[in-house]
Amino acid sequence: MVIAVASGKGGTGKTTLAVNLAFVANPRPVQVLDCDVEEPNVHLFLKGQTLESKTVSVTIPSVDEEKCSGCEECSNFCQFKALVVIGKTVLVFPELCHSCGGCRLICPEKTIDEVPRPIGKVETLQVQNDLLLIYGTLSIGVAMATPLIREVKNSRDHGAPLTVIDCPPGTSCPVIESIKGADVVLLVTEPTPFGLHDLTLAVDTVRVLGIPFGVVINRAGQNYPSLYEYLEKEKIPLIGEIPLNRAVAQAYARGDLIINSVSGYRAKIEEIFSRLIDLAEKSKRV
Amino acid sequence: MKIAITTTGKDLNSPLCERFGRTPFFMVYDTESDSFEVFDNSVNLNAPQGAGLQTAQNIARQGVSCVITGHCGPKAFFVLQKAGIKVFLAQNVTVKDAIAALKDGKLQEAKAPDVEGHW
Ligand code: SF4
Ligand code: SF4
Repeated sequence: MVIAVASGKGGTGKTTLAVNLAFVANPRPVQVLDCDVEEPNVHLFLKGQTLESKTVSVTIPSVDEEKCSGCEECSNFCQFKALVVIGKTVLVFPELCHSCGGCRLICPEKTIDEVPRPIGKVETLQVQNDLLLIYGTLSIGVAMATPLIREVKNSRDHGAPLTVIDCPPGTSCPVIESIKGADVVLLVTEPTPFGLHDLTLAVDTVRVLGIPFGVVINRAGQNYPSLYEYLEKEKIPLIGEIPLNRAVAQAYARGDLIINSVSGYRAKIEEIFSRLIDLAEKSKRV
Repeated sequence: MKIAITTTGKDLNSPLCERFGRTPFFMVYDTESDSFEVFDNSVNLNAPQGAGLQTAQNIARQGVSCVITGHCGPKAFFVLQKAGIKVFLAQNVTVKDAIAALKDGKLQEAKAPDVEGHW
């Protein structure tokens, strides 16, 4: 079972929920994947011993200028505009290259080779006997999050019973890459106009992927009926509400788990977890 | 000497286009023969990325020694530099006036990109 925790915007408490869910989740072992490779933060809450640390690279073209005829076929082919031909010099812009390998195939002079370009690293931590954290960190100046996210997802044990994915905020390619293949998505939102706006975008994204999903309202208690009206109108299951609460904020600031430090929260998170499982199972039966 | 000028129109009275990568046209003006030719650059207008690079390559292909535009981002500047093309910046002028200003030595050569990427 793979649960993806996402939200249309940052700062909704998505990571807190993902981490706390991982602690109540059953069956175990649980693997937590932090796919927010531009700003990973789950490891601030889950400490552990590093089991593995690997560098992730993509391949980019490298041109042997001695043999280049300047025909421009490579730059005409590259739909990402990562190659510029000036006379018989080919300039490669690694940050634009999507590593499709097409330029190498198309070059009539066979002057293009592939070289690795490191984009970041993936680390695996043993947090507890039955809890692993896998997270990716994109190198500074690298804009290519998607291949690194793919590697974070590939680094998990695909046979393990439960995976919780902390997705990057937003609704762009990296989010889709993180959610893809999940059995159920938990969308975290806030009862504010901004929260609702970003939620509607996230809902559109998840619907395109055809994955069952439910919504948790974080910092609930503020009066914002439009959010509830939206959920009702769209028939989106509201699977939990986490009230705005001083004790929660304090636990968060200390890096503590809310399930352990705020009374009544363990039951709340357990309920969210079991309703997520229900959602996933129900859609499998249909 | 051949000069490239980014422009929104097709003649000497057209305004200079200040966006280098997303200029709809560029004119190549030959100071020896006082003649010019206009090249369509509109394929880059809606390019999600690399518009400046592509425009720079298109301009470099014409064998110009300098270019006059409004603003130039880092990647395009790098390509132009590699191609040995000098970049001059001008704003709120027609193509004709920009060429005249360059000839009179009134335009300052840009030694570095003056805007961030995605301009
Ligand atoms: S590998 Fe693909 S994306 Fe990269 S430069 Fe070559 S053609 Fe462009
Ligand atoms: S396709 Fe090959 S030969 Fe042609 S410009 Fe590119 S690198 Fe040079």
